[in-house]
Formats: sequence, structure tokens, C-alpha cells
Amino acid sequence: METTIVIKNLTKKFGDVIAVNDVSLTIEPRTFLTLLGPSGCGKTTLLRCISGLEDPDEGEIYIGDKLVYSHVKGISIPSGQRELGLVFQNYALWPHMTVYKNMTFALEIQKLSKEEMKQRVTESLAEVKMSGYEDRYPREMSGGQQQRIALARMLAYRPRVFLMDEPLSNLDARLRMDMRTELKRLHHISDATTVYVTHDQLEAMTMSSNIAVMKEGVIQQMDTPDKVYHYPANLFVADFIGNPKVNLLEGWIAGPDLVDLGKFNIPVPTFNHTGDVVVGVRPEDISVSTHAIDGGVEFITYSVLPTGADTTIIARKGDTELTIKEIGVSKLQMDQKIWLTFKKDDINLYDKASGNLITH
Amino acid sequence: MAVLSDSRLSASQKWTAIMRRFLRWLTTPHVILSIIMLAVMVYLVIIPLYRMITTTITVQDIDLRVIKDAEVGDFTWYHWVRMLTSKIAKIMTYEPLLHSIVVSLGATAFALVIGGLMAWMVVRTDMPGRNTIHMLATIPYIMPSWTIAMAWTVIFKNRTTGGTPGLLEYILGTPPPDWLAYGPIPIIVSSGLHYYTFFFLFVSAALLSIDSSLEEAGELAGAGRWRIMRKITFPLVVPAIASGFIMTFSKTMGTFGGPNVLGVPVKYYTLSTMLRSNTGIGNYGDGFVLAIVLILFAMTTIMLNQKLVGTRKSYETIGGRGFMSQKVKLRNFKGLLTGLVVVFQFLIAVLPLVVLLYSTFMLRTGDYSLSNFTLAHWIGKGDISINNGEPGVLRNPKIYLGAWNSIRLSLLTALFTSIFGVILGYAIVKGRGTRLSKWVEQMAFIPYVIPGIAFGAVYISMFTKSVGPIPPLYGTFALLVVVSVAKHLPFSARTGVSAMLQVSKELEEAAAIAGASPWRRFIRIIFPLTSTGFVSGFLLNFISTMRELSLIILLVTPTTAVLASMTMRYIENGNEQQADAVILILIFLVLIGNFIISRFRGGSLKKGLGM
Repeated sequence: METTIVIKNLTKKFGDVIAVNDVSLTIEPRTFLTLLGPSGCGKTTLLRCISGLEDPDEGEIYIGDKLVYSHVKGISIPSGQRELGLVFQNYALWPHMTVYKNMTFALEIQKLSKEEMKQRVTESLAEVKMSGYEDRYPREMSGGQQQRIALARMLAYRPRVFLMDEPLSNLDARLRMDMRTELKRLHHISDATTVYVTHDQLEAMTMSSNIAVMKEGVIQQMDTPDKVYHYPANLFVADFIGNPKVNLLEGWIAGPDLVDLGKFNIPVPTFNHTGDVVVGVRPEDISVSTHAIDGGVEFITYSVLPTGADTTIIARKGDTELTIKEIGVSKLQMDQKIWLTFKKDDINLYDKASGNLITH
Repeated sequence: MAVLSDSRLSASQKWTAIMRRFLRWLTTPHVILSIIMLAVMVYLVIIPLYRMITTTITVQDIDLRVIKDAEVGDFTWYHWVRMLTSKIAKIMTYEPLLHSIVVSLGATAFALVIGGLMAWMVVRTDMPGRNTIHMLATIPYIMPSWTIAMAWTVIFKNRTTGGTPGLLEYILGTPPPDWLAYGPIPIIVSSGLHYYTFFFLFVSAALLSIDSSLEEAGELAGAGRWRIMRKITFPLVVPAIASGFIMTFSKTMGTFGGPNVLGVPVKYYTLSTMLRSNTGIGNYGDGFVLAIVLILFAMTTIMLNQKLVGTRKSYETIGGRGFMSQKVKLRNFKGLLTGLVVVFQFLIAVLPLVVLLYSTFMLRTGDYSLSNFTLAHWIGKGDISINNGEPGVLRNPKIYLGAWNSIRLSLLTALFTSIFGVILGYAIVKGRGTRLSKWVEQMAFIPYVIPGIAFGAVYISMFTKSVGPIPPLYGTFALLVVVSVAKHLPFSARTGVSAMLQVSKELEEAAAIAGASPWRRFIRIIFPLTSTGFVSGFLLNFISTMRELSLIILLVTPTTAVLASMTMRYIENGNEQQADAVILILIFLVLIGNFIISRFRGGSLKKGLGM
């Protein structure tokens, strides 16, 4: 099932609103690509364009070597012939059919024999750990169970591409964790190319092999989760990814590898750039000392918020506020003097005007 | 990018692409269904309206004797001038218009007062027996709208019109005064008693759904009970009252039965009865002018009402459910008021039926003594001394034909209305946000603003000659079906849309992804999930068509007569007992239909009315 998805210059408008704006994208076989972004960024629309449920206004889409959509050629192959499966946010199980009927609906259209259908259903239910639920109706199952059945329904007809539209957002936190584990396993086993839409960065980070961060119909960055987290391509991505949020501090380049932030300076590789910049520091890349140390900047704790596994510290120096994350339970008190040092190599520098990451 | 730019493609390739895109758009199920429905509606609504207008400005056969040197089909303002400015305009147009307004306003106001008061008492006081009151309130509406009018004549008629005395005169010995026997007051009261159900149901639903915290806030601010009523509660139910007002007013404007039974004998004409008397003698040009006046008037009212209760003041009255505001305690009046309400309801629900039944047992009209008792009007074999030899209704083949016509008209109308409902619902809901969908929705609404009798009039002109492939339908049974289906289009659209909205779009999309064709999606997914809505819509249409009179009165012929129109014919011929017997048969059929509905919908008669 080596399926590449190629999207060229795809644009989709709703009235005057441009939902997807000239997006070009190649999804390699076996990729688990997550489209990540705030609501209204066009991620679901892009997914629906791939699925064929929405007809784009411009561009082309290939699934494998099949041209499924082309504006200039006037081609749009119906969803059902694109050999893909889609899992919906609200599961979309047909309420008047049993699990078995739900799962064999597509198989009947593919004209499989009765034995084959039965075998497919049994297999797929086993894959989502729902064996024995064939005769249940959707409303006789919990949300988590329905979600598994929705997955099994897709697996049963063996699509080349899995599409998933926020499939976990209706589940509670615990179930979501379980399902993340299962989904990642399923993708691992099946090797189908997967496109997954979510606004939950944790889902994106944990499951994906690639993340495409979207904003206003444009892909801001497409990279591995690691790169997206550690080297956000611009201020939007930096700000969107990470919890607690990245610290973004405005300043200017004061000399080679030195940025002046007004109240203090910070050593950062500047790659011979000059001018106004924004410094992005992840909360975990700041270390805290309770006594004055060499190169440490003096701050005062404003609030200390332990979660058990780690502690979030809000520290202030004048009107500059920083969020710091420490592992374990911190012994810091509120309104305490602390000295902060920054991990030079983990700091990112952005051009203030363009908002883009400064490299080399 | 270069690959994708149009410049590399030849003109023919571009043309192919455009054609493909267009065809794809056109073959999208909701697009093609919208286009089909638009065509059907243009044919059923727009063309007939257009024809009606052109008829009023062309010379008709009947006009040749008054308009010299003209040929049939010539342009003329003759009808408009005659109906609006000539000497007879007052009698032909303005008086009937005034009467229509008086009667409609009066009936609506009467219905509003009774319905509103009763709703308030049931919802906001500690009156017992609310379920019984609720059930009784729906009964008058289930019966044909002229039932009470017919019972009225049995009781109150006097010998002004040369007939026999009514029950009251028989008992008291003195005739009731003319104003009580015929004319506006009886029409207003009898229609008001029929339509009060609207207000009762609308207002009680609105009162029930008001978030009581709104009233409590007023109470905390120091307002008294009366002030809260006036300043908070009443304004919140105004939208419900307004929609009840529009419905009732536009219905009574086009009502034919009541004014025909109680107004025509004393020459108290409304637009609807005047329209009938014009078209009855083939004077379509004049009749259609009246129909247009009627339509314009009804449309203006609806628009005016929408403007008055505009969007600025419209609010969701549905607030916190399960809240129950403090009930007004009736204390010592509890028993008395409850008794009054129940007796009143019983009187208007049951008394008319009893009176009508009683009158069918009278050998000669006017003599209400037991010695005059007979079953001849029900099972008589046809004595030449009774009713010109017509047999009793249960032995009369004409009645069976009428009953059969009623049933098959209702069945066919309900069937087509349901089918159109499915199509309209699908086309409108799936196309939401597109211009096409909006057009379909708006066009389906048009018949709503055209009063029943005028809508019937529209169809006289339409189908006297063949239009396209459709043969002339005038005088056929098919025409009755066509007009009933067309008049029910707004209802179709509403039921269809609400049924379709029950099915989330993902359910169909999931089937599309699974490779199902549009037809398969419809049969396997959409239809099973919406069928209950359509079945109850079917039953509702069945009974509402059964008791429809105004719409078809201008279109029936002796062979296509239905029970509803037969009651009118018998009354006009002075065969009161037959008329009363026929309407009882009709009510019987309607009640059976309603019983099936209430069983189907889990016993709720209120839901059975589709409100």
C-alpha cells in the first residue's frame, strides 16, 4: 500500500473567505501527517478536498498515480472511487444499522462474498479490540466504543489512505490517551498513508511522523514533530506549539551573538543578522538558581504552579514576564528572588518584521 | 505552477474542462433536484398566477356582448375598471373586501382572546385537569371549519330567508334577531371558535418555554404581578401571538364555508363568496380581479406583520426547560373557572355534533319534535316526497362516490406531498447556503400567502386549455390533486427540511466515502432515518386535505365532488338534513384519521396537528 498523495496549488473558497490558499504538499507513503492549526485555519477543508467531499476551486490532487482532482482538466473523481477511508469527529455511524451492517455497507458495494465480509469484519473488530460487538446498535455503545467501531468500519474495506477529522475530540481525556496509543499502533501495522486533522498539539506531537501547521489557509511549516517543536519556522508556529507557551521577548541585536532585551542581554547565535528581533525561549530551556550566579539574570517569582510532575513558574522583572518549567515539585516561594540562565543553543531568533526564524 | 496554468491548454481542452465542471455541478443530486423542483413550482405556482393576471386584462368570450368591436384575447382594462371604479365596484369589490376584513379580524381577535386566556389559565394557574382541557381544545380544529357554522344555522336560523325555523325559535316561539341568525356576528363567532386552537397551542407553548428567571428578575426588581405580566410576560409571547395571528387571519381571509353558510343567504358577501359567484357564472375576468385583490391583501398583511414583529424584537423564547414559575392561585374560583372552561369546551366540541346529528333525524326541517323523527335521511330508500326522491345518505351512491373521492384525493395529495417533501427537504438542506437552495425555499413558500379560494381560482385559468404536454385538466379529478399538492408545498418544504435536519450530513458523507451512489445513499441511509417524519406528515396531509373546502370549491364538478363540497351543494339546495349527515360522515372519517395519527405519534393529539 505505497500511496503518495500530491497536492498542487490547491485553493478552496467559501464565498469571499479563502479556506485553503494555494497549498502545495507531498505526502510520502506510510506517512502519518497531521494537519494542525486553530479552528478556521482550513485544515478540515483541506482534508475534505482530499476526500472528495468538497470540490476545490483551483489546483490538482493525486492519490497514488491517480489524478483525482484537477480544476483545469475539469476532473473530480467521486469520493467513493478514491480508495480512501474517513473517520469523522462525530463517528457518523449509521444509527439504524448494527455494527455488522455498518461495517459491511462498503463491502456490499465492493461485492465481496458473504464469507469474505464476515472474515473482514471479524479481523477489523479484533484490530480495534471490539470483537463480539457485531450485533450492537450504535446507540447501545459508549462514545469510545463507537469511535473504535468507526475505525473498524474504515479498516474493513482496506482503503489506501486513512483520513481522520478530529476523531478524538469528542472523547474524554482518559479515552483519548488510550485511543492515541491504538491509532499509532494501527498506523504502524497497516502502513497506510494517514492524514489526520486536529487542533490538539499533543495529539499531533505524539502520533505524527509529520506535522503541517496551518494558519489562514496556508501551511506555515511542515516538518517532523521534533523539528516543529524545537525549530518553529515562524512566530505563529512557535506560539502555537508547546504547553506552557513559548516565551517571546522583543529586542534587538546588540552585537555578534548578543541580543539586547532592554532590561538584560541574552547570548544567542545571531548568524550575522542585525536589527529588531524576537527571541523565543521554551519554558524548559530556562534554569533557575536561588542564588546569584555568573551570567544569571535576576527575576522575582510572581506565581508558582506545581502540577506534580513538574512546576510552572511565572517570574517577572519589571514588565518582562517569563514562564519557566521545572521538573518535579519546586521549592520556590512566591515573591522570591531567582537568577535565570538560558540554554544558548536551544533559543530561537526571529526577525521581528517578517516573523521568520533566523538561521545561518 | 506552469503545469497548472491555463495557457498551456488548447481552447478545446479548456472547453472540455468547463463542460466537465458544469456537468459535475448539474449532476450533483441536490442541484438537479432543486432544478426539477423549481421547474415543477414554476409550473404549479408561477404560470397559473401569470395566467390569472393576464386573464384579467384580456377580453373573454363572456365580455363580447358588452365590449363592442373587440375580439377574444384583445388587451383591455375593462375588468379592472369595472371592478375597481365603476358603479358596481362598491357591491362587487369594496363591500366584500370590507366584509372579509371585518370577518377575518373579528374571528382572529375572538380566537386570540379565547385561546390566549385559556392558555394562560392552563399554564399559569393551578387549574386542574390540564390534559383534558388540552385534548378538548384541539377537537374543534380537527373538524371541518364550517361545522360550527352549520350547527349554528340549525339552532339560530330564522325565517328571514324564507326557510324553516331554527331550534331556538321552535323552543322559544320567537325568532332570533337577524344579527344573531346570519351575517358577520355568526361568521365571526363560528370561525373564531374553530381557530382558537391555534392561539391556545401557540401561546401555551410560548408560555411554557419562557425562562421563569426573566419573570423572577422582574419580581426582585420590585414589580408587581400585573406589571410583570404586562412588561415581561406579554412581550415575550408576542411572537407566538403574531404568528398565530398571521396564520388565522390569512386562513379566514380565504375561507369559504362559514361565509357561504351564514353570509350568502342574507347577501352578506365576502371576497371569497363573491369570487365564487363570479366564477360560477363563467365571469373569470371579474372573478380573478377579486382573487388578485384577495391575494394582495393577504400578502400585505403577512408582510406588515413580519415588519411589526421584526428581527430586532424577536428572541428565542425557549429558555430554561424544566423551570416552573410560580402559579397563580385561583383559590375559591378554582372550581368555578375550571367548570366554566370545561363546559365551554364541551359545548363547542360536542354540541355542534349533537345538533347536527339531531337535525338529520328530522323528517321535515323546522319541526324538532319526536313525532317528526325519522331515519329516512340516513337509510331511506328514496321516497319522492322526501328530498326529491334522493335516498338516505347511507344508501346513496353519490355519497359513496363523494366519500371515495375524498379518500382518494386525500391519499394522493398526502402521497405526492410527502414525495415532494422528501425532495424539497433534501434539495434545500443539502444546498444550504447556495442561491439555488434559497430560491427553492422561497418559491415553495409562495402558496402560503395565497388564500385558499384564490389559489383554487388560479387553477381555473391554468388548465382550461392544454399547457405543453399536459392535457386540459379543468373538471377532472386530477386537477383537484394538483391544486391540493401545490397548496401544500409550503408544508412539504417545512416537513422535509425539518426531517432532513435530523440526519447529520456526515452520515451521508460516510456512505459516499464508502462508495455508495446517491441513490443508494438515499435508499439505505437518508430514507430510513427520515421516514417517521414523512409518515406523520403523510397522515397530517391526509386529514387536512379531507376537510379542505375553500381550495377546491371552484374546481369540483358533480363527478369529482368530494364530501366537503357536497355539504355545500346540499345546503345551497336546501337539503339541510343531507348536508348535516354528510358533514358528520366527513367528521367521522377525519376522526378516524386523527385516531391513527395519535396512535402513531404516541397519543398526542397536539402533535397530531403538526404544531
